[in-house]
Amino acid sequence: MKIVALNGLLGYGYSEESLDMAFSEKVDFLGVDAGSTDPGPFYLGSGKSFTARSAVKRDLSLALPKALSHKAPFIIGTAGGAGSRAHVAWVREIIEEIAKEQNLHFKLGTVLSDVSKEYVLEKLDAGKIKNMSDEMPLERSAVEESSCIVSQIGIAPIIELLGQGADVILCGRACDTAIYAAPCVYNGFDEGLAFHMAKIMECGAMCSEPVAAADVMQAYIYDDYFELRPANPIRKCTVERVAAHTLYEQTNPYLIFEPDGVCDLTNSEFEQADERTVRVRGSKFREAEVKTLKLEGVKCSGFRTICPATVYDPETIARIDEIIATVTDFVRENTHSRLPDGSYTVTFKTSGGKDSSLGIVIDVVGKTQDIADEVCALVRSRMLHCDYDGRKSTAGNLAFPFSPSDIHVGEVYEFSVFHLAEVDSLLETAKISLEEI
Amino acid sequence: MKKLIDYTKILRSKNAGPLYITFDLIFDERKNMEYVADRLTKEDISKAYDVDESKIDIITYGVVNSIKITFPRKNISGALADNDIYGCQQHIPLANIEI
Repeated sequence: MKIVALNGLLGYGYSEESLDMAFSEKVDFLGVDAGSTDPGPFYLGSGKSFTARSAVKRDLSLALPKALSHKAPFIIGTAGGAGSRAHVAWVREIIEEIAKEQNLHFKLGTVLSDVSKEYVLEKLDAGKIKNMSDEMPLERSAVEESSCIVSQIGIAPIIELLGQGADVILCGRACDTAIYAAPCVYNGFDEGLAFHMAKIMECGAMCSEPVAAADVMQAYIYDDYFELRPANPIRKCTVERVAAHTLYEQTNPYLIFEPDGVCDLTNSEFEQADERTVRVRGSKFREAEVKTLKLEGVKCSGFRTICPATVYDPETIARIDEIIATVTDFVRENTHSRLPDGSYTVTFKTSGGKDSSLGIVIDVVGKTQDIADEVCALVRSRMLHCDYDGRKSTAGNLAFPFSPSDIHVGEVYEFSVFHLAEVDSLLETAKISLEEI
Repeated sequence: MKKLIDYTKILRSKNAGPLYITFDLIFDERKNMEYVADRLTKEDISKAYDVDESKIDIITYGVVNSIKITFPRKNISGALADNDIYGCQQHIPLANIEI
């Protein structure tokens, strides 16, 4: 069975020629990962994507007709970058637009994976929440403050939709591996091989030389092994690259944790099948007794205003801690009557300074944008003119690269929930639907 | 004395999810991996990153002559005090450890 990965992230682009090459022989499934938590909590909170709409449309408008004409179900994981309801709607709208423009008709399966606060609180009360890290136990208040919580679905909802005959499957937040492992498990292939292959495929041609997240990757799965070969003839898979890829972004190179269980790579063998192809065998899957889904939630922490500046004077740089302390006290004293504790946070983000200039970003997060603006302006002006013993450059301490010096960043989100929920069914958070487009 | 980075072909840091930072040390030769694995201690890493030794994981992955180090991020990705959302510029204190 042949599975194709469009690229490492929907909207990052790929070579059209590579896609044609991949489809020059029979393709059984096409997949693409469309999201990641790498860019931080903002996107889940805001419902926005970290990829451009036009780039996502370009990637989909070539891939959709290709998949449909070859009757290869097309699976899209973590729609819109973070996979909330809003992100799924955003990608869905793009898909509908393309369908209309190209007169395409197909069965669209959708999996929403948002969960309610009540769902998480019930799990918490029942002792069914597990910490990902001891540093972050789950407090009730963190759940209550969350503005959006999603669950990372595994292969189960995708398998359900494949069974229902979906041509395109658009998923909310999904494990990266689920996209490529689901069609293999659905067709009865070994789960150990399926998950290991999927872990490598989800990054597109990242496991090839020259490395590229923005190109098409191909996997062939058999009963006892799988093979990986990039679609683009300028690239090749090597044992070293493929084996090294299992290190990437994982806490443990031997174990891949999934909602269904764990994929154990301890006895995986990598072999150079031909110049551009790597063959892998021996990866084993162990089903978990208690199944878990990862929950990701964010809360809005306020509104941000920043002011970037540079200090070139070594005397000023040497006194920077003292200046920051003076400024911090001054701002507190000047605002405490109208801005109680907790209504803003000031962070001085500095870089360099030892033997060179010192970069500073004055970072203010306030309960409202007005508070952030006010505090940032006060910090900036006080810091600009802050005096110290022996100061010679009395005209100002900061070089501002811009006018205006202060920049609105807007809403700020932080991760509030990043935990595992024990579930009775791996379908319990998935809202599945199928419709004709 | 040589620094850790002098032994490695690749030395990188990256988030392993928003709560953890993970470091991949990849070596040209197995003997370099073994040399470093025998000498690099949790105490060194603990000092370099001000993190509790008990929270540090070191795993040798001989398939590609590599060592993986993982521990919890001091500030989780995107927290107000965080300076590196992707965690991909956190490798320098590790690189400078003397071996």
